[in-house]
Amino acid sequence: MAFEKIDSTAKELVYTVQDYFLFSLRAVLNLFSRPVYWADMIIQSDIIGVGSATIVIFAGFFTGGVLAVQSAATLAAFGATAVTGRFVAMSMIRELGAVLTGIMVSGRNASSMASELGSMVVTEQIDAMRALGVDPIRKLVTPRIFACVTMLFFLTIVSDFCGILGGAAVTVFMNHQNGTQYFSMAYEFLQFPDILQGLVKPLLFGFLIASIGCFYGMRTTGGTQGVGRSTIQAVVWASVMIIFSDLLVSIVMVSIFSR
Amino acid sequence: MSEWPASVVDSAVPGATPAVVQFRDVVVSFEGPPVLRGVSFSVGPRETRILLGPAGVGKSVLLKATNGLICPEAGSIFLFGEDIARMKEGSLFALRARTGMVFQEGALFDSLSVRDNVAYQLIQERVPDDEIDHRVQEALKFVGLEHTFSLFPGSLSGGMRRRVAIARALIRNPELLLYDSPTGGLDPVTSTTIIELIVKQRDFYKTPSILVTHRLQDAFTMVTHRYDAEKDAMVPLPGGETDANTTFLMLNEGKLIFDGNIDQLVDSQDPFVKEFLE
Repeated sequence: MAFEKIDSTAKELVYTVQDYFLFSLRAVLNLFSRPVYWADMIIQSDIIGVGSATIVIFAGFFTGGVLAVQSAATLAAFGATAVTGRFVAMSMIRELGAVLTGIMVSGRNASSMASELGSMVVTEQIDAMRALGVDPIRKLVTPRIFACVTMLFFLTIVSDFCGILGGAAVTVFMNHQNGTQYFSMAYEFLQFPDILQGLVKPLLFGFLIASIGCFYGMRTTGGTQGVGRSTIQAVVWASVMIIFSDLLVSIVMVSIFSR
Repeated sequence: MSEWPASVVDSAVPGATPAVVQFRDVVVSFEGPPVLRGVSFSVGPRETRILLGPAGVGKSVLLKATNGLICPEAGSIFLFGEDIARMKEGSLFALRARTGMVFQEGALFDSLSVRDNVAYQLIQERVPDDEIDHRVQEALKFVGLEHTFSLFPGSLSGGMRRRVAIARALIRNPELLLYDSPTGGLDPVTSTTIIELIVKQRDFYKTPSILVTHRLQDAFTMVTHRYDAEKDAMVPLPGGETDANTTFLMLNEGKLIFDGNIDQLVDSQDPFVKEFLE
């Protein structure tokens, strides 16, 4: 009995992963054949990019501030408070900017994608779209993936910038250190691999957020309860996959650049 | 209309016209027992097939299989002469665009206005705005809802939503119409309005169609009435006549248990048909 349960769960997991890869592949390949719904891509970019800007700005600013508060206390023990700027900038650009932005956008947008598409599935709007001769993956999924990948890239840059500013605010106004020193330390020690690492991650995270959100939305079953289930699964899996892929990218990047 | 392969023409009938839709031993199953078991029937040009049966016997599944929204496990489904049973999703869109489908609850896009819902296909085809507005007004006039042009589906009643769905299905002059319980859950007056529209469409445009319903009253109204263009209303056929092009199918537990006209339906000795009619 237990073996049967394990067997069926394993099979279901394999099928889900297989479905997800095929679904994502189809959505990406749609970018290279007509019609491409550019107007939908712009609308989605506005919803995802502009819509998430406020939370990303605040989250980035406060995270940078927290980093400065925590690091200053520890660095003071070694008489190294001068490197607070370096610490904050490195942490934000290499790691936290991308991951926090990814998690914030995932909470806001993976959930909205899953619930919006899920509602369309249970009210037969997706079937209606197919019956009208329009490919729902091309019309609904591809624009969301494109928009999420491009917007997360820019949102991460905004988050990094705000994080460094937040760190500066704490360093200058609370720790009473020199602002010029903070910014010069933040800038001087940054190298190409750090920037590259910080900007490769949002591309991957953006893809994961949109593809997972849309995937769970499009396979919704079971009415309004099913929509709720899909939304939860989308946010949970998108968040987990962001952190998991962050680990993988970090390992690869560090091994390539030894930094 | 495109030329169809000889396989879809009924070879037993000399000079027979090709079927618009043909099911051959179609089996559809999801998880569990089959929903459709060896279903075979055809829909000819100008023919209206009314699919009867109680809830949960696979009527909607059959309708969705007709334009490839659901893939059969076995058997063949010919739509406009092409076997769609094993056709890829990408190839099906062009065929589906030639059909019109009215869903059970209308399935209108709730974030779009009535105008954009009705014009959905035209917008995707980048038809100029002026032409879209003109054709949407025409389609809405057909269903008597010109005043809803700029409203959103959320502000429409159930009956109005179905009528907008009919306008959306008609706007591109489809070669086949599929109605999935268009009167389900509506009050008798609104149901009659919807059936009147379907009869008007049948007699005015003569588009072949499949109509799914479990309401015998709607089915009998369709077969005993015609559209009078002068009165712009549905009127009974004279002398107890019935519409020869409107025939019946009945499903029970996934099997097609009846295929014939109104007289054959009424005279049927099948216990399930008799019970259903009673």
